[in-house]
Amino acid sequence: MASTMKKSNLPLSRRRMITSLAALSGAAALPMPAWATGNMGRHGGTAVRKGIHELSGAKIDLHIADGKFATGGRSGHAIAVNGSVPGPLIRLKEGEKSVLSVHNMLDVDSSVHWHGLLLPFQYDGVPGISFPGIKPGARFDVPLTPRQSGTYWWHSHSGLQEQVGHYGPIIIDPAGPDPVQYDREHIILLSEFTPTHPHAIMKKLKVSEGYFSMQKTSATDDYPLSAEQRRMWGRMRMMPTDIADVSAPTYTYLINGHGPEDGLELPFTPGERVRLRIINGSAMTFFNIRLPGLPMTVVQADGQNVQPVEVDELQIGVAETYDVIVTPTEAGAFAIAAESMDRSGMAQAVLTSQPGRKAAFPALRDPPLLSMVDMGHGGMDHEGASDDAPIDHSKMDHAAKGHAMPEAAPADAHSGHDMGAMDMSGGMDMRDTSLLPASVKVGPGIDMVSMTPQDRTGYPGLGLDDVPHRVLNYRLLKSLEMDHHKRPPEREMELHLTGNMERYMWSFDGSKFSEVGDDPIRFGFCERVRVKLVNDTMMAHPVHLHGMFFELVNGQGHHQPKKHTVIVQPGSSATFDLTTDEPGDWAFHCHLLYHMHAGMMQTVSVAFPEEAA
Amino acid sequence: MRLFSATLAATIATTPALAQDHSQMDHDRMDHSPSAAPQTSSPNSLTGPPTAADAVWGVEAMRPSREALYRGHGDMQIFWIQGDRLEYRGRDGGDGYLWDAQSYYGGDINKFWFKSEGEGSFGEPLESAEIQALYSRAIAPFFDLQAGVRQDLTGLDRTHAVIGVQGLMPYMFEVDVAAFLSDKGDLTARIEAEYDQRLTQRLILQPRAEINLSAQDIPELGIGSGIDHLELGLRLRYEIAREFAPYIGVEQEWKLGGGRDFARLAGEDASTTNYVIGVRFWF
Repeated sequence: MASTMKKSNLPLSRRRMITSLAALSGAAALPMPAWATGNMGRHGGTAVRKGIHELSGAKIDLHIADGKFATGGRSGHAIAVNGSVPGPLIRLKEGEKSVLSVHNMLDVDSSVHWHGLLLPFQYDGVPGISFPGIKPGARFDVPLTPRQSGTYWWHSHSGLQEQVGHYGPIIIDPAGPDPVQYDREHIILLSEFTPTHPHAIMKKLKVSEGYFSMQKTSATDDYPLSAEQRRMWGRMRMMPTDIADVSAPTYTYLINGHGPEDGLELPFTPGERVRLRIINGSAMTFFNIRLPGLPMTVVQADGQNVQPVEVDELQIGVAETYDVIVTPTEAGAFAIAAESMDRSGMAQAVLTSQPGRKAAFPALRDPPLLSMVDMGHGGMDHEGASDDAPIDHSKMDHAAKGHAMPEAAPADAHSGHDMGAMDMSGGMDMRDTSLLPASVKVGPGIDMVSMTPQDRTGYPGLGLDDVPHRVLNYRLLKSLEMDHHKRPPEREMELHLTGNMERYMWSFDGSKFSEVGDDPIRFGFCERVRVKLVNDTMMAHPVHLHGMFFELVNGQGHHQPKKHTVIVQPGSSATFDLTTDEPGDWAFHCHLLYHMHAGMMQTVSVAFPEEAA
Repeated sequence: MRLFSATLAATIATTPALAQDHSQMDHDRMDHSPSAAPQTSSPNSLTGPPTAADAVWGVEAMRPSREALYRGHGDMQIFWIQGDRLEYRGRDGGDGYLWDAQSYYGGDINKFWFKSEGEGSFGEPLESAEIQALYSRAIAPFFDLQAGVRQDLTGLDRTHAVIGVQGLMPYMFEVDVAAFLSDKGDLTARIEAEYDQRLTQRLILQPRAEINLSAQDIPELGIGSGIDHLELGLRLRYEIAREFAPYIGVEQEWKLGGGRDFARLAGEDASTTNYVIGVRFWF
């Protein structure tokens, strides 16, 4: 076997990077701002600033401390990094070494995960997988020489700290010329604020299904549901409005730490190509992003350049990033509207050529509803995944050299069926566990099994399949550069995303991380694997793999886009190809924070290469 | 985690020879730069916990963080307490009160479950009161199996063994069905069902039914065999918060069959209408 770990790969000098802050007495004697000396105050402490300021250079210090955040008349505890929420922009250059020093001024352990960055696993920042975590008062140094460029972000991987402000953007400028031409850039970092403690949110989710939703069906709603459809949902013991577990008004949605009432303005000069680096740093929220009147040209997804594609709106899953170019040619103010997927609220900023100029924000649209397709009855798909963005079968077959392909049964087989017709089918089994592979542990943690899960990479996202303008979907993403190293997958895996809405249990293959942490997903070194994710739940899960990019199998052959996070649509599947060329242990999880906390996580263990000498 | 799929399991289980070939190929390619020619991979046949970080940071440093990581991702223990019905009952012949509360502590699958209910009329001794201590285990996506003991606190202070099922039926009916075997050998049962009909996001109409059954006459407790006692209620609550909802309602009680006869003998009404006002809360 090629799979033995090589301690010799790890220089001894790197083995003990955690040092006490107290040891840095010299540094402590220097005048430092309040946030750097831990004097933020634990409760009702110093008000944190709203991001985002930039840090760059060979040494970058991040100080994690408590603070108090306020927006829109509400305030609450926050964890601020260098005194702001979001924390600073870390700006690096491809090929140039920086040392990122993380100082934990909290009275609990903390950590920083560099989301999307390629680096040795021991610096990846997941306590319990990549390192022991950063103790209160301690410092952790991460030497980093970027092997990539693009838009990324960082966040805590300790407890639920990410919910309360412990996140920020990363930009890595390319060593050579940037293929993306732009005159000005802005970060659009989306997140949420709530005065409710994240542990309280978790408990409410556990004990009270639908606690946060104020958009449920009722006797007086005006949802376009027939009585029969309502009975069908009731029979299944599920809710067609179960789209976001936590939403407004519990959440105030933020752009760069600014709530809608904070009036964030981002400047432009007419005629400029403005690059918006959109990062979804939220804990639980998918956003629909648009600038009414300004088309967006998507040029990058998850930090990786893609062939430009022009759209009017896009849905961004938690932890994803998209870079888009907008070119406002005339003076004015444009609304940057980021509507939560369940349409309970909107993050807002204004792209304006004149300070103080207001933009007209679109009203929240009617909340979308789940359909039978989202319950895994994919044959009934009537948004027609097969016709809006056809898979190029010849390309895919070429890439896969005869391996079984993941695309779903032709969607048109049942086209013409509608919800009403399906209701007549009556006793269909929403939980036929005989459809599951033996690798899935069947138990109370699985309340649904997708009967005919479709590959829905052509789906623009819940509620965006019937809007009258152009919306991004995964099949429109083509990597800018051709992948010359592509090998056909040597083996295929199927992983099921499983859950129980009522009990708020979330898992992979029916087993929570707490049950199977000692039995990781294992890969050889440089294996080429095709992984099919099957979503046996009716929620969209943004699944994130640390440490490596995978290529989304979206019909684009040698231009399959590289991503670090993939949305698996409800009741559907998504497939990626992966070259396991980053040895070590990596986290792999649903990036909905409370799903991860409930157990939807696993370790991916990549073997170390054989001694090459 | 288990293996990703049956496919993978089959690959590893049935193809040691193939795996061997792969490692030989790796050796053959050792002369080349590892990043150049496409490498043939070896399935990773290691087992046991992930250890990569141990080699960097030390086993002792990693152990507590790893334990905390697993505990923090799926092993949450929760304490919950609910006053489902805490109410004042206006009725002919003397107003009364009722409580119906439950609480649990535990994880997703195993819980300790506590229940208590009782009622009485003002100015009189407690009419009935009981507590139950149950072990509860999730046996299906929507159902828990519960077993334990029930102690009556009034009347003849009987102790019962309890076995029951609590959960959510299709069409969203909350049900709690339990059988009780008393220390005198009497077998009784109780079926409760509730349904929440949202009128708005906060205003909820809740029909409720309770049926008490007995396998035998228990004259000393005034219980008749068969359907002894039936309650149908309708409560309208307003969720000021999800956790706190005052309500008003009406509940009709009937003693039936042998139970009705016992009630009449005792000079009680076999049928009672209660106009209720109360509060439902949990935290």
